[in-house]
Amino acid sequence: MSFLDVKDLKIHFPTDDGLVKSVDGLSFSVDRGKTLGIVGESGSGKSVTSLGVLGLHKGGRARISGEIWLDGEELNGASAEHVRGLRGKKMAMIFQDPLSSMHPYYTVGHQIIEAYRIHNDVTRQVARKHAIDMLGRVGIPEPARRVDSYPHEFSGGMRQRAMIAMALSCDPELLIADEPTTALDVTVQAQILDLMRDLQSEFNSALIIITHDLGVVAELSNDILVMYAGRCVEYGSTDDIFYRPEHPYTWGLLGSMPRLDREPTERLLPIKGSPPSLINVPEGCAFHPRCPFAERTGGKAETEAPALAETEGGHLVRCHMSRDERRTLWETEIKPALETS
Amino acid sequence: MFTYIIKRVIGAFAMLIVISMVTFGIFYVVPQWAGASPEAMASRYVGRAATPETVHLVAERLGFNDPVVVQYGRFVKGLVAGAEYDYGAGVEQCPAPCFGYSFISGQPVWPDLLDRMPVTFSLAIGAAVLWVVGGVCVGVISALRRGSFFDRLSMGTALAGVSLPIFFTGMLSLVVFSYGLGWTPPGGAWTDISVNPAQWAYNLLLPWITLAFLFAATYARLTRAGMLETMGEDYIRTARAKGLHEREVVVKHGLRAALTPILTLFGIDFGLLIGGAILTETTYTLPGLGQFAILAIRNQDMPQVMGVVLVAAMFVVVASLVVDLLYAVVDPRVRLS
Repeated sequence: MSFLDVKDLKIHFPTDDGLVKSVDGLSFSVDRGKTLGIVGESGSGKSVTSLGVLGLHKGGRARISGEIWLDGEELNGASAEHVRGLRGKKMAMIFQDPLSSMHPYYTVGHQIIEAYRIHNDVTRQVARKHAIDMLGRVGIPEPARRVDSYPHEFSGGMRQRAMIAMALSCDPELLIADEPTTALDVTVQAQILDLMRDLQSEFNSALIIITHDLGVVAELSNDILVMYAGRCVEYGSTDDIFYRPEHPYTWGLLGSMPRLDREPTERLLPIKGSPPSLINVPEGCAFHPRCPFAERTGGKAETEAPALAETEGGHLVRCHMSRDERRTLWETEIKPALETS
Repeated sequence: MFTYIIKRVIGAFAMLIVISMVTFGIFYVVPQWAGASPEAMASRYVGRAATPETVHLVAERLGFNDPVVVQYGRFVKGLVAGAEYDYGAGVEQCPAPCFGYSFISGQPVWPDLLDRMPVTFSLAIGAAVLWVVGGVCVGVISALRRGSFFDRLSMGTALAGVSLPIFFTGMLSLVVFSYGLGWTPPGGAWTDISVNPAQWAYNLLLPWITLAFLFAATYARLTRAGMLETMGEDYIRTARAKGLHEREVVVKHGLRAALTPILTLFGIDFGLLIGGAILTETTYTLPGLGQFAILAIRNQDMPQVMGVVLVAAMFVVVASLVVDLLYAVVDPRVRLS
């Protein structure tokens, strides 16, 4: 069993308009020292998944089923208080927008000290030293001075570094980063990603990176899970996803990703249409209204939901097309188009 | 931070000057604009039997013939440094702050005001403690249990609290608790805290609760709205993700942010109240500034009215200043600008 094992996770929200199936039968696993990238468009259920793993939906209106095993311990059935004790200590999270995710009225140091002292019975002075140490380790200059700064006195990149310092303050074994670079400008993005990679090897934690940007996970991840409408459509090693992708949605994501080895004047190939409403997920394959190959299934795509099936060595794909058909399409149409376009 | 404080203090001073001008204008300039001669102004200061010569003399002595600017200067000097009144047979010293002499009793206004202040302060402070604690607690619980029975009950009660006038709730409480059940003293009971603190609190209990009920309603609704907003903020999610106990998430992270607008409102409310809780003091016959103001108006005792108006306005200005400074303590982002 892996360090984190999520099995058939379902997170549904009853609303006045109907049941929102934000996450609908998701399974994945991460080991310590490994990185899983969860990729998908806005509204595909990525963030809901991560909050679900941390137990942050508890007490809300969410209906959660399935199993979340962390280090041999099932969390979905555990008491809220027990999961709270694990949060921050054993599993921590980095959020998308570091400005709104940090409390504007408390100093950065105060917020790190607070996170540390929940789980460690130490004096304020010891915690403060630790906070300064953490700020230094995430690359904030003059940490002894900046520890008393407020979040609004930091730049965006510094804030995200402080956020990472806060998440890592208790040396968590599982770290979930939800769009950690989305709110940052491109040069800072690269720095933050480098920092996260360095820290991961230093702390040997299991890392989950949630993003809509395949470029972010390309270098960092060992495995990638592609999500669409609350479900996994393709799951495999980073090489599988980048060099042998088999799902039309993954092809679409690859086509919409800017690449350095392409001419800058060329147009990206966006996926047509927009993600479906999670209340009325399309019948059959959820992706079929946007899939350019839907007619190849002979109407099956509109009526029958495809199963997530293994194509080769842990590479899972949810598609009605046969493996050979997908591979031929990739080799003959998609890959050349991506390379030359 | 320092410039922020200086700016606010200067602003408060400017406001006090404007207030003194407006008050002076209402009591001295407007009647003259409306056509009142210096003699007509002076006639308010002399007895009914005064001869026209006396009135003329008084008008001269009180300076109603001087230009308005000179009159205003004399008025401000009286407030700041005290004034001297030459009443013919000698010079009367009116120490600062000089608001003049009551038309009715002939006594200087300021000592009278000072006498009344402890009553109003006691009433306002006690009620403020009750309504802030009560209103904020109810608001927080309502927000956390939105849609629950408690929420609906307390918000319904809050609506009643906002809508019902204090002379209604006040009289009702007097009828029930004082005259009916006999739990609380009847209206008009007042003991100074220095004489007997227990008696002081016992006498003020009913006025406190009645007054607090009115304000607590507003505060509960405001706290509830603020909490609903802040509890949806990203930093609340962060606090939870750190593994904080829910109680700390609510109080330290949620309430702290939701309290800022409440602080502003509190400054204004409290400032207004210490200038005289007119309805409460009248309902319970408490000898405070509010009752003083009502009596002064009823008697057309201009110096008294002017005194209470100036003092009340000053309290509001000072309370807003204190709130502004507290704001900088509460919200670090304010210190920047």
